[in-house]
Amino acid sequence: MAMTWLPPDWPGNFWAHWAIFAVIILVFVLLMVLMFIWFERRALAIMQARLGPNRAGPFGLFQPAADALKIMLKEDIVPAKGDKLVHWLAPVVAFVPVLLIFAVVPFRGGAILADLNIGILYILAISSVTTVGIFMAGWGSNNKYSTLGAMRQVASVVSYEMPVVLSVVGVILLAGSLSMQQIVAAQDIPFILLQPLGFLLFFIGALAEINRTPFDLTEADSELVAGFNIEYSGMKFGLLFLAEYGEALAISAIVTTLFLGGWRGPILPDWLWFLVKVGLVFFVIVWIRTTIPRVRIDQLMALAWKFLFPLALLNLLITAAEILVWPAVSLWVFVPVNIAIAIVLIVLWSKFFKLGWGKVEV
Amino acid sequence: MATTAKTKEIVVNTEPFVVNFGPLHPSTHGVFRMKITLDGEVIVDMEPVFGYLHRGIEKLGEERTYTQVIPLTDRLDYLASMSNNLAYCLAVEKLAGIAVPERAEYLRVIMAELQRIASHLIAVGSFLTDCGAFLTPVVYMIRERERILDLFDMVCGQRLTYNYMRVGGVSQDIPQEFMPALAKFLKEMPGWIDEYERLLKENEILLARSKGVGILPRDLAINIAASGPVLRGSGVKWDIRKADPYSIYDRFEFDIPVGTAGDCYDRYRVRVEEMRQSLRILRQAIKDLPRGEVRSEVPHLIRPPAGEAYGHIEAPKGDLGFYLVSDGSIAPYRFHVRAPTLINLTALADMIRGWKIADTIIIFGSIDICMGEVDR
Repeated sequence: MAMTWLPPDWPGNFWAHWAIFAVIILVFVLLMVLMFIWFERRALAIMQARLGPNRAGPFGLFQPAADALKIMLKEDIVPAKGDKLVHWLAPVVAFVPVLLIFAVVPFRGGAILADLNIGILYILAISSVTTVGIFMAGWGSNNKYSTLGAMRQVASVVSYEMPVVLSVVGVILLAGSLSMQQIVAAQDIPFILLQPLGFLLFFIGALAEINRTPFDLTEADSELVAGFNIEYSGMKFGLLFLAEYGEALAISAIVTTLFLGGWRGPILPDWLWFLVKVGLVFFVIVWIRTTIPRVRIDQLMALAWKFLFPLALLNLLITAAEILVWPAVSLWVFVPVNIAIAIVLIVLWSKFFKLGWGKVEV
Repeated sequence: MATTAKTKEIVVNTEPFVVNFGPLHPSTHGVFRMKITLDGEVIVDMEPVFGYLHRGIEKLGEERTYTQVIPLTDRLDYLASMSNNLAYCLAVEKLAGIAVPERAEYLRVIMAELQRIASHLIAVGSFLTDCGAFLTPVVYMIRERERILDLFDMVCGQRLTYNYMRVGGVSQDIPQEFMPALAKFLKEMPGWIDEYERLLKENEILLARSKGVGILPRDLAINIAASGPVLRGSGVKWDIRKADPYSIYDRFEFDIPVGTAGDCYDRYRVRVEEMRQSLRILRQAIKDLPRGEVRSEVPHLIRPPAGEAYGHIEAPKGDLGFYLVSDGSIAPYRFHVRAPTLINLTALADMIRGWKIADTIIIFGSIDICMGEVDR
């Protein structure tokens, strides 16, 4: 990453700058995604008393590359009665927004493609587009399983987006900016300490957003076989797969940026700190996947509306009050206070809240 | 034009649609097919379709001698071959009046209880996988089942279709290394069961998914003649080992775990508890294991007197019975299997009506069927 021998405004020309750095970030992100696929498969295998991919290259490192090669050579099958255009377009619509997210992710101090002053708002807006792609995939396949999976996605997106957005607002209040660079710069104390409740709500909502266990209802391999992507093969399936992992990577990067202090950290170089933190968040996602069963669609909606949403509102209220009423008090004071509030709220609220009914009279 | 458009009511028509779950579906545990009528995510009706694995085993049995039928019984419930062998041999012994040596009785009990643990491991593991716990529980449980398969491998050289029991005993005595290996297994297994329990027993999502879901009421369970963990999950204390003792089960001390509500969670709990009880029986059995013959003198071609006999046991999945009619020849005149999973499966439609797709899969998983036995 040492590019000090280049002039700071290299390559000078506006369009050349965009083109070159866009390609660099694209390649970097895709390589990261491949690495994380390998990482997930190995971590899963070790936790499940298996070996995982260990044939292609050292420790099976080239397995994702081999899989990518295989998937490109495979036949592309389009359902005879499917909506051909929608079926063709869906992987693109699902994949492109995921890449676009990385335009505003600061990989290190200054290493950001576009330092938008509305960075986080842009992410929230663009990441919802993937849902459209998933619904198109389900609809275009003209398959009952995939339609069911796609409908689940659309039904749940409304419920979990709200707590996600509300918990981000707490971070924005503390940082006083929507820009991702500014948010990182404001984190002298990582926001996970100042916003423990907000972090949990965001993380749970984000798991639903990226369709990971325990909210992988869209795919639900034990119920809907593969859900929305059941009729996809070849590189189109590859794109949907990449979109999924790209989203997981993007969410890890966003959690790192918003709550874990981004690239900041002692001793190690900043880009390494960023990678380590992203890897850590991704590991937690994988860990949850191996451990926890799946919730039901109505339980996810109930969880989002009855549990996450009110808590997110309360969290916002408390954060705003702290900033407004005691602006002079050091933020360190609020760390134990907020952690205590988070624990009390979660324990109290879960008393009112019960999952586990749901029989419908027919 | 404009006025009609204003007065016209917008009518949204929704209609139920039919989805075929199976015969090729990862959660149907074989080639079972459910024609499910759905209203959105809610199950309106379900029509089971089976017969994809029908091999005519009952008819084939009538073409073979009594000993040659034993390998056929292996292929009924292929996750619990030892139990099938035992039930069939009991029926033939009853028909022909053959006595079994003491040591063989003990070996039979040891094998049947090991088989019960192996079968329940698969049942519990795949139930948890159906709940969405991605593979982890089932891989852990297959790891332990592997140990049991190794034990079976020692005694008969097979890992799936054992063909170990014979009319009048078992095919051969256990090898020398069997007993130490079994003792080691008995020492380690309780720890492993605790490990599964720590993993998911009190998990909030699992409770939300399975508690109160797919209730099989006590009356209905009795009326459809359900048996095994499905019946006991509904709170009926009925176990053939106690209710109609066969072999030497009256000599062992063990409890019959029962559920209270009859939901998926109770059936899961009953299975885990039964594994512990089986370990208890095994410990008593290896302590008392006598020396001696493992097979009584039985002619090559058994010609039982004309008549009929019914032998049934508590197989891992329920009350497995074999009904044999003899006309005095070397082959059974009629060979019928009372398959517990087929009968338990008839409760499925009543259990899943009104639940969602996700529940269907776990209710189905909690019945624990094996298509080899359902279709025969």
